[in-house]
Amino acid sequence: MEQATHSGLKPAPLNTAVAVEMIGVHKWYGDFHVLRDINLHVTKGERIVICGPSGSGKSTLIRCINRLEEHQQGRIVVDGVELTNDVKKIDEIRRDVGMVFQHFNLFPHLTVLENLTLAPIWVRKQPRKAAEEIAMHYLQRVKIPEQAAKFPGQLSGGQQQRVAIARALCMNPKIMLFDEPTSALDPEMVKEVLDTMVELAKDGMTMLVVTHEMGFARQVANRVVFMDEGQIVEMAAPEEFFASPKHERTKLFLSQILR
Amino acid sequence: MSDIATMTDANLAFVQRAPIAPMRPPLTEAGAIGWLRKNLFSSLFNVVLTLLCALLVVWIVPPMVKFLIVDAVWDGATRIDCLPSPQRPEVGACWAFVIERLGFFTYGFYPFEERWRVDLFFALLAVGIVWLAWLNAPARGLAAINFFVVVPILSYILLLGWPAIGLPRVETTQWGGVLVTIVVAWVGIVVSLPLGILLALGRRSRLPAVRLFSVIFIEFVRGVPLITVLFMASVMLPLFVPDTWSPDKLLRALVGVALFASAYMAEVVRAGLQAMPKGQYEAAMAVGLSYWQMMRLIILPQALKITIPNIVNSYVALFKDTTLVFIVGIFDFLRAIEAARIDPQWATPVTSTTGYAFAAIFYFICCYAMSRYARYVEARLAAGDRR
Ligand SMILES: Nc1ncnc2c1ncn2[C@@H]1O[C@H](COP(=O)(O)OP(=O)(O)OP(=O)(O)O)[C@@H](O)[C@H]1O
Ligand SMILES: [Mg+2]
Repeated sequence: MEQATHSGLKPAPLNTAVAVEMIGVHKWYGDFHVLRDINLHVTKGERIVICGPSGSGKSTLIRCINRLEEHQQGRIVVDGVELTNDVKKIDEIRRDVGMVFQHFNLFPHLTVLENLTLAPIWVRKQPRKAAEEIAMHYLQRVKIPEQAAKFPGQLSGGQQQRVAIARALCMNPKIMLFDEPTSALDPEMVKEVLDTMVELAKDGMTMLVVTHEMGFARQVANRVVFMDEGQIVEMAAPEEFFASPKHERTKLFLSQILR
Repeated sequence: MSDIATMTDANLAFVQRAPIAPMRPPLTEAGAIGWLRKNLFSSLFNVVLTLLCALLVVWIVPPMVKFLIVDAVWDGATRIDCLPSPQRPEVGACWAFVIERLGFFTYGFYPFEERWRVDLFFALLAVGIVWLAWLNAPARGLAAINFFVVVPILSYILLLGWPAIGLPRVETTQWGGVLVTIVVAWVGIVVSLPLGILLALGRRSRLPAVRLFSVIFIEFVRGVPLITVLFMASVMLPLFVPDTWSPDKLLRALVGVALFASAYMAEVVRAGLQAMPKGQYEAAMAVGLSYWQMMRLIILPQALKITIPNIVNSYVALFKDTTLVFIVGIFDFLRAIEAARIDPQWATPVTSTTGYAFAAIFYFICCYAMSRYARYVEARLAAGDRR
């Protein structure tokens, strides 16, 4: 599939082992070229950490994967389904891709339990009872089953983010996207969220994580992607990435962030 | 340099030796005198304002109390009782007139033996409103369905009649008074919220045709006075609808009022939608909700909640605007008063004033209740804002 061109005329072979495939993806905001020729191949079970300076397009990149942002050129294939303007396909992909946001984005008018069961009930058409059981199971996994009846506003930031992770997991996703899940948290809460994510990684979840937590990257990532100015500048296994970065910009970035 | 060194020694290092016990606030801040001084006499300008307001109250309130209560005629059967006489040289409000005409003010020309149907309608409506407006009421979802679906259908059958079940038909031309005012206001309220929501969503739609239609409708209706809309509804509607179906006069006015209110409601709702953080839309989309699910389950419940005070405010405006329907020949409450006050049977010097005073009190109570409710909701929302 490497021979596929930017315009994506040749359909990629639908390899079942592929979770996310981005081929020659470009995106513009008006005249501003945010994503430039992104080629990224994520196999199932792989954990990718994406880092880079602010404004380099990290969020835009992972938001293209579940169509919160639309790309204008190139191809994105998620779990064998190509993202086009077909609303059915978009829905199908969103059902299978969970997302965790920097600012949690829980639904403040619903209890924690309702936050978790909403999509399973309305999107997956699960019976309420079953959905609640699954929700409690995941609340247990993120270690806050006792908060089920509370409203998001009554929880700490770390707890809210764990609820957000549980909310995504309730849809039984095949891929999880994280956009700076810990950067809005007070330092003492970062660990509880990272621990939850490590657990998830151990279970074999396919994960794309935008984060500046380099400890997490070292521990969990199969590959670290470094972005700058809308491009993928360097991509390597974490040991290699941190020990011997090749590109000048990567070196500069790492020297600033690891001190 | 030495300055800094001494400062550090003297001021920056500090360890508390004994805790400070709480003390009473200074007298100027607390107590009745403190309150008066702070709120009424804090500056020369405030003193002047306070005195002016006091004068105004003294000037207006006693004559009003005298006219409305002290000198008022409470019982009496004819105009004679409300005419000045040697025993009663100064006559205040002629409440006897209002009491005698209360049925007319309430029901218009609705047949006497069928008036229980109107009473039942009022009762249904009152229960519906209380159930919906009371924030702690049980089953509030059901309350909304009741108010926006069940009560309208029941009322329609009840008021207009259904001979098949033994309710004789009462033509809308016989309706009048408070009944018509309430029906017009309520239809405006019930229709304008859903229609306003649809228009607001339409205005933010990605589909250009939908957006264009919504914008044109909203801006056009908002750009003309209600009277114009009413005239158009009563003159133009018959042109679009086949003659045999000939919509009656009240219906035409209802359509006009409902469309007018919807356009304003659309803008109120739009403001609420705009206040919703982008993250809520994104989270809803990311978990796979469809557009309508997202709107219904996530966006609208939150947006409408913060909009309730504004929604109620536009209902207050709508309620007052209903008085304009008399221009297209609808016999509303104000029109009923208008008709009764010039009735020679009750011709006295105070009849008109009394009638208008009664109308003012009626509208004031309704509108004040609504704005108090808006305040209550606002306070509740402020208290519940723990996010
Ligand atoms: N909706 C938008 N319209 C126009 N420009 C945008 C929009 N969203 C993002 N941008 C711009 O695109 C660039 C990339 O944004 P993006 O959010 O992907 O960066 P990021 O790498 O996630 O940065 P950060 O670390 O600050 O989150 C930025 O320069 C940003 O200003
Ligand atoms: Mg970002």
